[in-house]
Amino acid sequence: MHRRVVVTGLGVCAPNGVDLETFAQSLKNGTSGIAFHQQLADLNFSCQIAGKPPLEEAHIQRYFSPLQLKGLNSSGIIYGVIAGTDAWKDAGLSYAPAATPDWDSGIIFGAGIFGVDKFKDSIYTVDSGNVRRLGSTAVVQVMASGVSVYLGSILGCGNQVTTNSSACSTGTEGILLAYDRIRSGKATRMLTGSTSDHGPYVWGGFDSMRILPTRYNTNPTAASRPMSATASGFVPGSGAGAMVLESLDSALERGARIYAEVLGGAVNNGGQRGGGTMTAPNSEAVQRCIVHALKNAGVENSDIDTINGHLTATSKDSEEISNWAVALDRSRKDFPYINSFKGVLGHCLAAAGSIEGVGAILQFREGQVFGNVNCNDLDPRITSIVDPSKIPQKTIAHSPEVLAKASFGFGDVNACVIFGAYNNEID
Amino acid sequence: MDKTEKLEKLKDIIRVYLPEDVSPEEITTESTFVGQLNINSAHMVDIVLDVEDAYDIVLENEDLENMRSVDDALRIIENKMGDKE
Repeated sequence: MHRRVVVTGLGVCAPNGVDLETFAQSLKNGTSGIAFHQQLADLNFSCQIAGKPPLEEAHIQRYFSPLQLKGLNSSGIIYGVIAGTDAWKDAGLSYAPAATPDWDSGIIFGAGIFGVDKFKDSIYTVDSGNVRRLGSTAVVQVMASGVSVYLGSILGCGNQVTTNSSACSTGTEGILLAYDRIRSGKATRMLTGSTSDHGPYVWGGFDSMRILPTRYNTNPTAASRPMSATASGFVPGSGAGAMVLESLDSALERGARIYAEVLGGAVNNGGQRGGGTMTAPNSEAVQRCIVHALKNAGVENSDIDTINGHLTATSKDSEEISNWAVALDRSRKDFPYINSFKGVLGHCLAAAGSIEGVGAILQFREGQVFGNVNCNDLDPRITSIVDPSKIPQKTIAHSPEVLAKASFGFGDVNACVIFGAYNNEID
Repeated sequence: MDKTEKLEKLKDIIRVYLPEDVSPEEITTESTFVGQLNINSAHMVDIVLDVEDAYDIVLENEDLENMRSVDDALRIIENKMGDKE
């Protein structure tokens, strides 16, 4: 007997909101978190704008002890801990007592890369012959599972505590890994999320690939243009998103608020074959991923009423729309509502799936589909498939019943999760 | 820097590393770092680095091994500072 899995807590540290309610308001109002960064200009970046959570020192101090803050120089860990502990508290959960871990709760918190600033410090220290001066946190601030073990130390989780990594699909993949673990009875609840460092060392490689917009340095909020005819590349972002997944039984027993149900999903890979490469998607694989996600979730094509896409604001957006249309066998006015939050967030890389996942789930709570920004001039290749009324230019009233969230990434990775409204039908 | 000043400076370094259930008032010259103050042994290397910065001295690996109590630390600091003068 497989267990049903629901979402009972949300947390976020995003470029346009470092707490859940600010983030919700920003998505509703189309408030952008993308800004010009002098540091990028000083370093001769072509793209000098980015999405970075506007964190103040006092806010950070609420989440870390003075000892934890000592020498902490890993923005990804800071973002992840803020989002993760907020999600935990939002779910009404407390930290495990000092003597005993919470054996039934685990953490799958993903990352692409973080701790780069700490690693840079370490490299200078080691190269100057001072390895003895690295200190005790030089390891945990840069190891891939660092964010998960910082959270583990705060929450006291005694179930699986690990980190997944699959480029820009990391966050969405993590939701499905956590879902599987609860569904199969191996854990009662899992904190899942993902995080990504900010800064020139993370974003530089993308700048060098010439895939970022370069003409918006003086007009940053207009730069990220998903689905627009004038999309000219993705704006790099950073931050973290997190959610608590829990067995329905446990949630009901605790009397927890249920945001939505995780109905299922799928991950696959285009194999970097059939048109897929290290950086470009194999469309057949994307379509199969969506089809398998629906099947796994036990829903029909026609059940999907809302999509939160990957839609990064590159010329590939129309290809993604075409893949959704083929996979769902739906088009024009029959196409579900679709939005991309990257217009206001930028592309938060490994954190994208979880930050956007939190936003997608908030739409159930609000009974709304949050509006797109910067796509008044829709790409004609997209409007030839989808009626413009299905791509809301501002937030509309519409209570999602079944929502698909997908993320794709370098290495030809695909992940698609299906969320359903939870209507307290059992009570 | 007299002995009292040295002790106060050392207490300021140590207090950051105390677990939540140990109060800074419990730090005396007899206190052992790991045994009585319950400091995570991994943090002893950080205390050594802080001591080096605060007193402008360099400690050796054997100093770390011999630094079991606050008193041990003060003695090592005094020796190193004496060497410099």
